[in-house]
Amino acid sequence: MRARRSRVLRVAAPAAALVLALAACQNGSGDEASGPVPTLTGDCAKYQAYAGHAGKKVTMFASIISPESDSLQKSWAEFSSCTGITISYEGSNDFESQLPVRVQGGNAPDLTPIPQPGLLKQMVQTGKVVKPPQQTVANVEKYWAPSWKTYGSVDGTFYAAPMSSNMKSLVWYSPKAFADAGYTVPTTWADLMTLSAKIASDGKAKPWCGGIGSGTATGWPATDWLEEVVLGQHGGDVYDKWISHQIKFDSPEIRQSMETVAGWMLNPAWVNAGFGDVKTIATTTFQDAGKPILSGKCYMLQQASFYRAQWPAGTTIGPDKAVFAFYLPPVNPAIKTPVVGGGEFVTAFADRPEVQAVQNYLSSAEWASSRVKTAPGWVSANNGVDIALYTDPLDALSAKALSDTSGTFRFDASDLMPAAVGAGQEWKSMTAWFAQGQSIDKVVKDIDAAWPE
Amino acid sequence: MLSDPGAVLADSTLVDSGFKLLLVVEVVAVFLAVLLFIFFAAGRATGRFERPVAIAVLLGPAVLLLVIGLVVPAVRTMYLSFSNANGTKMLGWKNYVWSFTTPAIQDILINTLLWIIVAPLVTTVLGLTLALLVDRVRGESAYKSLIFMPMAISFVGASIIWKFVYDYRDPSQPQIGLLSQICLALGWDNPPNWLLTPTLNNFLLMVILVWVQTGFAMVVLSAAIKAIPSDVIESARVDGAGGASMLFRITIPMIRSTVVVVLTTVMITTLKIFDIVRTMTGGNFGTQVLANEMYSQSFVQFNVGRGSALAVILFLAVLPLVGYNIIQLRKERANR
Repeated sequence: MRARRSRVLRVAAPAAALVLALAACQNGSGDEASGPVPTLTGDCAKYQAYAGHAGKKVTMFASIISPESDSLQKSWAEFSSCTGITISYEGSNDFESQLPVRVQGGNAPDLTPIPQPGLLKQMVQTGKVVKPPQQTVANVEKYWAPSWKTYGSVDGTFYAAPMSSNMKSLVWYSPKAFADAGYTVPTTWADLMTLSAKIASDGKAKPWCGGIGSGTATGWPATDWLEEVVLGQHGGDVYDKWISHQIKFDSPEIRQSMETVAGWMLNPAWVNAGFGDVKTIATTTFQDAGKPILSGKCYMLQQASFYRAQWPAGTTIGPDKAVFAFYLPPVNPAIKTPVVGGGEFVTAFADRPEVQAVQNYLSSAEWASSRVKTAPGWVSANNGVDIALYTDPLDALSAKALSDTSGTFRFDASDLMPAAVGAGQEWKSMTAWFAQGQSIDKVVKDIDAAWPE
Repeated sequence: MLSDPGAVLADSTLVDSGFKLLLVVEVVAVFLAVLLFIFFAAGRATGRFERPVAIAVLLGPAVLLLVIGLVVPAVRTMYLSFSNANGTKMLGWKNYVWSFTTPAIQDILINTLLWIIVAPLVTTVLGLTLALLVDRVRGESAYKSLIFMPMAISFVGASIIWKFVYDYRDPSQPQIGLLSQICLALGWDNPPNWLLTPTLNNFLLMVILVWVQTGFAMVVLSAAIKAIPSDVIESARVDGAGGASMLFRITIPMIRSTVVVVLTTVMITTLKIFDIVRTMTGGNFGTQVLANEMYSQSFVQFNVGRGSALAVILFLAVLPLVGYNIIQLRKERANR
């Protein structure tokens, strides 16, 4: 940064030099509070809390690329023009491999939304991550369910505020097909099982479709099914202990959940319409898995909110359209709104006042609302956002479950387990469970054996 | 307040790219200057130094690149194969013990062994048969081109094609897979889910390699057959050699070294096989091989130690083949 600034000074046009001189003056005034903070008026008045950093630049590096990133930039345009803080945004497909390189190379961005808690931990271990300002911490405590703060923390210290969220606890179905057959959307696990049995005995089609094929990542959708059941059956505590291996795969709790999954997605009478027997779940790609819903060969598919991108072009999505999703009810009704999902966490590598101002703004309900209003297809678990702002029905459904402060939100467990398990043995063993009919006993023991010491 | 922050940003971006361009030009200029200087200095060297300096200048860059690109990584991989997941602690022989005692890895080694025995043999025998069959047939080049064609397809491309061939659907549903459909048409009511059937699926994957590589084997062997001197063949005929004895007593012994080169080349390709397994099954259903597991350990599960150990095993397995191949090539050259 410094080198570039001096180069610019040497050659740049007078205008640039003037700006830099101004910036230098402001730097020279030292403590931010001693400089006069301008009073913002009119439409800008609401940004008063972030004023006093005009002409400053904050860099942001993220995995979100155009067109999604265009909506992001639009969402903070007013903030920028009122406060004079420029947010210089850069998105990359190569984010996960580029970020460590940049940080190690001393070229870290000011802010970066990190989608993987594992990567956040890795970044914190470099010692370059700075803690967020008090206001950000207060915002997170005010607007998010407590578990979100945990996922932005490393070893008990809070570092990163959540940004967007996505939801995996959904079941895709065809509202039309349900209406034609006279089925209603189940709201409890018992209802869901009764409905599945009814569809199976009606004999027109099978209740469930499934596919866990995903190239070298084959098996991940099956780990999702297990996660949904573990969280919905045993609650957040067991789920957390399961991730940290205090509760093993080979434990009564997880074995019980495996049995539940076996009665659901490994039930020969219930799967796998259009493809064949239970084993075909292993050879069907997760992208293809939902297609038989459109042709009426099966009725339901458990997949995340991002599955919406997999429907063939022209498929309408909505509560009275060709396809829609309903919330997957918990196995144990005593557990309040369990949701398995993911999200991004805004991590800071600089504590300059303007960076902290942006950090505060991004953790506020005002920014989340502004982003929701900009374009659909984006959900925040920030409960300060009015659900009515979501124009897309699927977004609204996800937002309602995600921002429920009494709910039990948990991050995708396999993403949080060591890679040797979460991206290795668990995928392999779950695949073998479906494909080769391996016993639950062998599956749980193999996975436990792969856990690194 | 600023009048137009956007203009300032654009300005500095322009200046920045200007500098980058200038930097590129400078680097190229310096590189050329250094090269010119070295050549000039080497040209001035005379007498005792002339030969060593010429060797150093001409061979130096290649050796340097080889050291950076091959020797250093190889040594580092061997070093890492004795370390833990992220290379911070030495484990001794633990990774190798793990490689040879874990049942899953044992299966992988057996699969790999199966591949290197079956696939090159079938490819070579098939290639030789085809070479003999099309030899001096009318339209020979047309047949050869057709058989050689799959060679132009990458393993990933070929795998995607064959994925459709092996695709499984419930027999009551419309079929996508060619193989299943053929079986149904021939009256086999319930063909298996091909890629899920253990051991059979390994051979089905080998078919892809054979399909791609047979053309190569055929073309090379065919050229060798054509290079057999006609006087040898004529004298064999005069001596009364028929079809079979002609093949086993004259043709094959005459092209022996080429057969060995083809066999070992395909064998090395087979040892490195990665794309087919990765595309077809992702290493699931009992089809995993060494190269793919090495990748998975190193770059998916981030266990660099185990991945490196597998890489070293693979390297040691290829080494004798490469050596034998080079010796055979030399022998063949000496014969000509």
